[in-house]
Amino acid sequence: MASQKLHRSFNFTAFITMSRRYDSRTTIFSPEGRLYQVEYAMEAIGNAGSAIGVLSKDGVVLIGEKKVTSKLLQTSKTTEKMYKIDDHVACAVAGIMSDANILINTARVAAQRYTFSYQEPMPVEQLVQSLCDTKQGYTQFGGLRPFGVSFLFAGWDKNYGFQLYASDPSGNYSGWKAAAIGANNQAAQSMLKQDYKDEITREEAVELALKVLSKTMDSTSLTSEKLELAEVFLSPTGEVKYQVRSSESLSELLIKAGVTQPAAESS
Amino acid sequence: MECVFGMVCDGFVLVAADTSAVNSILVHKSDEDKIMVLDSHKLLGASGESGDRVQFTEYIQKNVSLYQFRNGIPLTTAATANFTRGELATALRKNPYSVNLLLAGYDKETGPSLYYIDYIASCHKVEKGAFGYGAYFSLSMMDRHYRSGMSLEEATDLAEKCIVEIRSRLVVAPPNFVIKIVDKDGARVHKWVDSIKDEGAAAVAAALAAA
Repeated sequence: MASQKLHRSFNFTAFITMSRRYDSRTTIFSPEGRLYQVEYAMEAIGNAGSAIGVLSKDGVVLIGEKKVTSKLLQTSKTTEKMYKIDDHVACAVAGIMSDANILINTARVAAQRYTFSYQEPMPVEQLVQSLCDTKQGYTQFGGLRPFGVSFLFAGWDKNYGFQLYASDPSGNYSGWKAAAIGANNQAAQSMLKQDYKDEITREEAVELALKVLSKTMDSTSLTSEKLELAEVFLSPTGEVKYQVRSSESLSELLIKAGVTQPAAESS
Repeated sequence: MECVFGMVCDGFVLVAADTSAVNSILVHKSDEDKIMVLDSHKLLGASGESGDRVQFTEYIQKNVSLYQFRNGIPLTTAATANFTRGELATALRKNPYSVNLLLAGYDKETGPSLYYIDYIASCHKVEKGAFGYGAYFSLSMMDRHYRSGMSLEEATDLAEKCIVEIRSRLVVAPPNFVIKIVDKDGARVHKWVDSIKDEGAAAVAAALAAA
């Protein structure tokens, strides 16, 4: 009995002196009540290319910064940061892409399972919630690390119309009128807060998103190669549309918004 | 024997069912409600093996309310019909439920609707439908007299015509029926069409009172 007690008190002192003990496992709270692995995952996202989402009365705009890591790297034919989840939902990613691919697949499966059960598109919030349940699971059940990804979800459903959600590695999600994830998200968020107006149109939302991204990005001038822009809106016939802007139309937009310099001589 | 039928009318759906609990040649009860109120705006009329009928309709009802608790929005009638069909289809290749269903509902966007779902997991959106032996008679009556956009009065009248036909032409006709409706104000009992009261229970009560 005595030896057991001694052993326990020894362990207790070890807990206090060795705060790194809490770093290696996601399942353990630190004495301050924090989950370090989850916080580190969020930190990782803070360094990733950022993404901004803006909700408007006639659609949702998603915009993302592509980080060009090497000149030799083949630019991808499809989008790198924007993914269509279902006909009525799309998302933008910030964080570890390999983790994101897994979650995007999970979300697509969830959406199709729902339509299989009910022959109706899955409500946007339910889709976000199901994905966040998966994320949450990886912060609680031991031996695994959390997903190092934040998402912006843009979608439309018949109950709540256009919606924008942001989610983080802890599995928290919330609905926003305008939101930013990734590098410099706090600066972007405060700019959005200042410039966002209710009753904003989709066109104005695109302009706002471009303006905010151009100011919060590290590089000085914004070009179409560094950008991805996707929109979710209703077609005149009432169907939900997901559209990614082409590089040409992006260049035009950038000039119109006045956030780019006329093409400089390539060095 | 069992009779369940329903029709879509002007802004509402009417569902009628017999209320006999039968085993072999014996009638155990003549006030058994076979039309379940699934949620505030849905009715599920069912016929089939009585154990399966109760088990399956309750299972669907509980799933519909679970969905509502989880998501804060109700399932549409169409979604419920497809969900129900899916459950029957999964069960079909394992241990099938012997139930045939008429699902009636009212939705804000789509208005009143009626779905015909049978135990081999087919699902059709219909204007009028029927199950059981009574179907031979009620379907004929509805073919002859049904038109779209009937008022509550006309629909009740047609339902009663169907019941009269069943009672006069079917050898094993059930005595009592219940008629329920669902419209923008919700699902509710509209009318009981009884030809006998539960004599057994009344007789026992009278005998006890006399003793």
